[in-house]
Amino acid sequence: MMEADRRTFLKILGGVGIATAMGIPDAASADVANLRGYPDQSGVLVDTTACIGCRRCEWACKEWNKLPNQKSLKEYEQDQTVFAKTRRTHADTYTVVNRFENPRDPSRPIYVKKQCMHCYEPGCASSCFVKAFTKQSVGAVTYDASLCVGCRYCMAACPFDIPAYQYYNPFTPEVTKCTFCFDRITKEGGVPACIGICPVETMTFGKRTDLIDLAHKKIRDNPSRYVNHVYGEGEVGGTSWLYLSSIPFNMIGFRMDLGTVPIPTLSKPFLSLVSPVFIVIPALAMGFYSFKKRRDKLEEDEIKKALEKKEGK
Amino acid sequence: MDATAAAIDFKPTWVQEKLFLGMTFKDYLRSNYTPFNAVVSVILVVGIPVIFYRLIYGLGPSTNLSDNNPWGIWIGFDMMCGVALAAGGFVIGTAVHLMGMKEYGFLFRPAVLTGFLGYLFAIIALTFDLGRYYRIPYPLVVSWGVNSVLFLVAWHVALYLSCQFVEWCPAIWEWLNLKKLRKIFIKATLGATIFGVCLSMLHQSALGSIFLLMPEKVHPLWYSEYIPLWFFMSAIIGGLAMTIIESMASHRIFVHKIKNHDPELLDRVTIGLGKATSVTLFAYFFMKVIGLAHGNNWAYLDTGYGYWYLVELIGFVLIPAMALMYAVQNRLVRMVRVWAIVTALGIVLNRLNQSIIAFNWHLPWADRYVPHWMEVVLTVTVVTIGILSFQWIMNRMPILYEHPDFEPELH
Repeated sequence: MMEADRRTFLKILGGVGIATAMGIPDAASADVANLRGYPDQSGVLVDTTACIGCRRCEWACKEWNKLPNQKSLKEYEQDQTVFAKTRRTHADTYTVVNRFENPRDPSRPIYVKKQCMHCYEPGCASSCFVKAFTKQSVGAVTYDASLCVGCRYCMAACPFDIPAYQYYNPFTPEVTKCTFCFDRITKEGGVPACIGICPVETMTFGKRTDLIDLAHKKIRDNPSRYVNHVYGEGEVGGTSWLYLSSIPFNMIGFRMDLGTVPIPTLSKPFLSLVSPVFIVIPALAMGFYSFKKRRDKLEEDEIKKALEKKEGK
Repeated sequence: MDATAAAIDFKPTWVQEKLFLGMTFKDYLRSNYTPFNAVVSVILVVGIPVIFYRLIYGLGPSTNLSDNNPWGIWIGFDMMCGVALAAGGFVIGTAVHLMGMKEYGFLFRPAVLTGFLGYLFAIIALTFDLGRYYRIPYPLVVSWGVNSVLFLVAWHVALYLSCQFVEWCPAIWEWLNLKKLRKIFIKATLGATIFGVCLSMLHQSALGSIFLLMPEKVHPLWYSEYIPLWFFMSAIIGGLAMTIIESMASHRIFVHKIKNHDPELLDRVTIGLGKATSVTLFAYFFMKVIGLAHGNNWAYLDTGYGYWYLVELIGFVLIPAMALMYAVQNRLVRMVRVWAIVTALGIVLNRLNQSIIAFNWHLPWADRYVPHWMEVVLTVTVVTIGILSFQWIMNRMPILYEHPDFEPELH
C-alpha cells in the first residue's frame, strides 16, 4: 500500500515534470517493475555427474545454429586437447564443455557444459539501451540483431560471461549467445539441439518448477552422490538452466559469490531518481535565481537611494 | 612602410574576415606554419589512417578488446574521463546564472565551450567504439531500452549537448553579427542552464551507475551502491579543476585577443575555484571513506589493489584537497593551478581504475586488457582534433572577451 502510494505520488509529480513530457522516467519504472520471470517457463537440469565429455552437444549446437568453423562429429569426440584449458563462449561457439579434476575419483574427471543460463531476470536485458534482448515466456532470453548498436554493455553486465562479439565482422557485427534453441522449443515436443543429441541424458528439459523438484529429489535420494545445492535455483534471482554436482560448484568453474539478487535490481534505485531530480532541481534552481534577482534589485535600489540623497543635499 | 600601407588598403572579404582571421588565404596558410601545428600534423598523419582502418576493418584487428574485456580505453578514457572533465560548463553555469556569482561570469563562455567540445568529442570517440556506429541514433529514435542506465546516459548526453550548444550560441551569433538571433538565445540561457543542471546531475552519476550491474566483476573497493554519488561529486571536481587549467592556458595562449585583460581578476577567481575544488575534494574523500566503511571492505586495503586504491584516494584526493586548502589560505595562485592539474589527473585515474583496472580483477593476468597501439593513437587523434577545434573557435569567436558591438549578457 505504502509502495503504491509512493508510486502514484511520484507519477503525479512526474506528470508535471519536463521529464515525463519526454516519456523517460515513467516508462522506465514501469519496465523495470515488469521485468519478471515466467512461472511456467521451461528449463534444463544438467547433471554433471552423468556427462562423459563427448562434446556432441557442441557439434549439434554449431550444426543447428549454422555457426562457422564446424568440424566433423568424430573430431569433436576424439579431440581431447581442448580440455587443457578452461574455455568460454565465443562468436562461433554458443556452448563449450570444460573438464575439471575430480578429487573424489581422479580417474573420472568432471565435465561441465557451459552456455547461456537464461536468467529469470537477465542482466543483459536490463543493460541493453535498445531493448535487443527479450525474456520470452518460454524461458529463453533472445537477442534481436536488427536493433543492436554494438555497445557491448550486455557482455560486461552478464555475471556468467556468456555473450560474445563478432569483433572480426567490420560492418555488421552481432552479439552472439545461446538461444535456448528458441526456434525448436517453441514447437510441440521440441528440445534444444544439444539435449537431443546427448547420448547419456546428462540434461533434462522440462518445466523449470518440475526440474527444481526433480533436482531436490535426486539430491535426497542420492545424498552421497551430490552436494546439496542446485546451482541456478537462486543465483542472481534464478536461472533457467540448473546444475547438479558431486563436488562444490566453485571447483567446477561456477562462481559462488553471485548472490541471489537479480542483476536488474541493482540499478533500480538509481533509475527511480530520475523524476525527483527533474522536480526538485528546477525548483531549487528557480529559487536560487529569484533570490539572486531580489538581491540585485535591493542593491540597485540602495544605490539609487544613496544617489538621490546625495543629489538632494 | 609599404607593408603597412598595403595592410591599410587591404579590406578583407567576409570569408577572409571570418575564416582566415582577416588575412588573405596565402597569409593565413603561412601563419599556420608553427611548431605546434607541426606536431599536430604528425599526429593527424598517423591518426586519421588509423580511424579509417578501424572503420573499414572493424574492432578485431584495431583493438585488444575481447569477449572477456568488451570495453577498453575508448570507453574508460574517452567517454568516462571526457565527460567528467567537461563538467565545467555546468558547474560555472550554476555559479554564474543561478547563484549570481558575477565575478565568475567571464569564465562562463570558455567553460561552456570546453564542455560542449568535451562532450562532442567523447561522443565521436564513442562512435568508433560502437560495433555498428551508424546506428548511434537508435536508442533515441528506433528502440527504447528504458530500463538501461545507458539509455539514460544516451538521452541525457544528447540533450545536454543541445543545452550547451544553446548556451554557446550567443557567441556564434555575435561572430556572425546576427543580433536578433543572439537576443533569443541569450533569453534561452537560463532555461538551458537549469535543464543542463538536471541532465548533468543524472548523466554524470549514471556513467558510474553503469557499473552497478557488475558487482561480480568490479573490485569491491570500487564497487558500492554509492557509485552514482561518487561519480557526480568527482565530476564537479573535474569540472572545477579543468576550469582552472583551461582559464590559465587560454589566458596565456590567447591573451592578445583580450583587450582589457585583468590578471588580478583571473587570480582572484582562480583562488575562488581552488577553494571550491578543495571543499568538494574533502566532501568526496569522506563519501569514499563512508562507502568503504559501508561495504566493510577494510580488509582489501592490505592487498595489491588496496595499495593502488590508496594511491588514488590519498595521493589524488586527500593530498590535493589539503594542498589546495593551503594554497587558497596563503593566496598562492600558482600552487592552486599546479594542484588543479594533479586533481584532474586524479579524476582520470579514478575513471580508468573504475572501468579498466578494477574491472575483471578476478581474471588471471593473461586474460586482462591492455590497449592496442591503435586504440591509443585513435584516442590521441580525437583529443588533438578537439583541441584544434577549440583553438579555431577561440581565434574567431568572442569567448574570452566581450564583443565590442554587443551589450553584456543580461537576463
